[in-house]
This record gives sequence, structure tokens and C-alpha cells, in this order.
Amino acid sequence: MSVAEEIRNFVVDNFLFGDEAGLTDDSSFIREGIVDSTGILQLVSYLQERYQIAVDDEELTPENLDSVRRVAVFVEMKRGRAAAGA
Amino acid sequence: MTTATFSPEVLRLDPEREAERICARIRELMRREVKRGGMVVALSGGIDSSVTAALAVRALGARRVVGLEMPERHSAPETLALSGKLAATFGITTCVEDISGILHAVGCYEKYDQAVRQVVPGYGPGWSSKIVISAVTDKPRFTTFFLVTQDEKGEQRTVRLPLEPYLQIVAATNFKQRVRKMLEYYHADRLNFAVAGTPNRLEYDQGFFVKLGDGAADLKPIAHLYKSQVYQMAEYLGVPEEIRRRAPTTDTYSLAQGQDEFYFSLPYRQMDLCLWGKNHGVAAETVAPVLGLTPDQVRMVYEDIETKRRTTRYLHLPPLLMEEVGWL
Repeated sequence: MSVAEEIRNFVVDNFLFGDEAGLTDDSSFIREGIVDSTGILQLVSYLQERYQIAVDDEELTPENLDSVRRVAVFVEMKRGRAAAGA
Repeated sequence: MTTATFSPEVLRLDPEREAERICARIRELMRREVKRGGMVVALSGGIDSSVTAALAVRALGARRVVGLEMPERHSAPETLALSGKLAATFGITTCVEDISGILHAVGCYEKYDQAVRQVVPGYGPGWSSKIVISAVTDKPRFTTFFLVTQDEKGEQRTVRLPLEPYLQIVAATNFKQRVRKMLEYYHADRLNFAVAGTPNRLEYDQGFFVKLGDGAADLKPIAHLYKSQVYQMAEYLGVPEEIRRRAPTTDTYSLAQGQDEFYFSLPYRQMDLCLWGKNHGVAAETVAPVLGLTPDQVRMVYEDIETKRRTTRYLHLPPLLMEEVGWL
């Protein structure tokens, strides 16, 4: 399963009670009322645990975390950096 | 509206007329809807509860108003003196209920400390703490919550709060507002009085209250007033100067905490103007120079206002039913 698919499943399971309800990979979590600031904390906890990445304070932005696609790109970027640094 | 016409003056009201209007409405609601003999007002020593109590006295008479003072272990030391002064100024009978014992019995302090120790293992007796939020910047970012701790030597440290300890800290502190409300209704029931809620417009609009805690009430006499307007009313009504000069505080955490640190992105004067600007469709470019912010920062605040409205909407909702029931 791709990172995007895993993120999508996490969002559907945790915030949409299993109903995809028109969620696309580019749906804005915040604008469409899918995830609030507490939900973002929940998402970040999941990313840190599932992908073993650290999310810095300045990375908690809509640019990184406000849609399935953005989160997937962010995770891949963080993993790529970690791999390059290893 | 232009920068020339947008200024703090947009929040100026005629306090005499407004007091008349609110008092007439309180009497009407008490007579037609609430049908109780008076009002219980929880006094925190802050501006909102003071103005609410002063309006209640003006509307109903001092003998129909009871002030409740409910300090706890972490209340600011000046709280009781200020609420006592308010009560004396307006001739209100008061009851003091120290809620520390109840909070201890329900595990409020223990659950709070346990949550803090998840991120600061050394946290214990002699330490104090509070939650603060990330500041508004030019770059859009999600609200982030930080825990500030201070050890016995006065040394402070700040750490970002992960989900679980954050939720437990908030859940534990919410006991304070809910225990207070329980006691307000106890006194209201024994007196056949109603309970007054004390939120101002900023708090009411932005969901800065605890559901079934300070959010619960029979009447909310100042929920339509911007905080700056509450101060104008306070001056007109004769609320003691010490209360009017005091900075708004949550009075919830063991370290002193301003409301703008915990919930609002800006100090109340700026927040009021941003909220007014947003409510009246004023462009960020017009608001920004008046507040000494950049247009991008004002847009961030506008966005934050909208996000808070959306995410706290459920706090305003009554219990939701599966279908309409009866004549209600």
C-alpha cells in the first residue's frame, strides 16, 4: 500500500467514520471541516509513529499537512531526508 | 470602509443606552422565559463577571443577585479580594466555595500532573505550568499547543504537546469550570434563581468556554459585547478600577496565563478589531495598519477566526436528536 493510500485510510477511519464522503487526495482537511487542530495533532502522532519521522514545530503547516497528497509528499520528503542522512 | 474610517472607535458604544437595553431584556427574559426570582453570578474578579453582576444588580436589584466566589489551589491570590470588592461595591450577598477539595476528590490535580509528566518527567511539587499556543506569523500554520513548566528554582522550559497529554491536560482542567457550574446551579436551585453566564462576544463567538462548564447558563447578558465594549460598560457601571486595570487571565493554570497566550491569537484589543473587521467585511489591508500588523497577518487571524468557529460549533449545540420530538 502506498503512503498516500495509508494516509487516506487513516483519515477515513479516524475522521470520517469509514465514509469517504467525497474525500479526494486534494481535499483540504481544514476548509472542508474534515480535521481540526486536535485532529492535526492526531495525524502528526500517527505519522511519527507509523513512519518513524520527527515533525518539527515549523513543519506544522497547511502546506505540509492539509490534504492526503500533501501529507504523503511530506512523509516521503522526510523519509528521503532521513535515508540520505543515514 | 477605508483605513481613515476604520479605527478602535468602531467599537465605541453608548454605555448608558446599552445598559438600559440589556437590563430591560434581562427583566423580560426572567419574566417570560426563565421565571426565577433572581440571578446567581460566579465572580472571578475579572471584568466579564463583574460587568455581568453589575448589570444583574441594575436590572433586578441587589437583593435578587447572589455572587459566588469559587477559588481553588491555582487561583490567583488577588481573586478573592477583587471579587469581594466588586460585591461590596454593588451590595451583593456572596458565598465562598473553595473548590480545591472537590477537585482533589475527582482527581483533577492528579490527572493533570500525570499528563504533564508524560512530557516533563520531573514535574512535581513546587513546579507550576500552563499551556500556550503558537503565535500568529506571516506563514499559515496550524495552531500548536506548548506546555510551559517552571521548576522550584524558577527555571522555565517549553515543550510541544503531543495529542494524548494535551487532551488529558485540557480534560483535567475542564473539571474546574464544570465543578463551578455545578455549584452555581446548586445555589440557583436552593434560591429559585437563574444562573448567569459571563462570556463576552470574543469568547462566545470563538468557542472559548467549556461545554457544560462555563458555557452553561440560563442567560448570557454580555455575549453580544466585544471585550473592549465590556470595559466601556465596566467604567460606566462603576466597576472598581483594580478590576478594570487587570489583564484578562484564564485563572485556570498554576502559572499565570493570559487569554491571548492560550486561545486567541492576539491581545483582546486587536482581536476585537479583527473580529469586528471580519464581521463587517473590512479588507485585511484596511485593518492591518490600524493594528500594526501586516495584511497577511490579518488574513491569518481572519482564517483563524473562521477555523475556531467551525471547530467549536459543537460546543454551542444542544444534544442532537434522531428526529424531532413533540411540540418542542
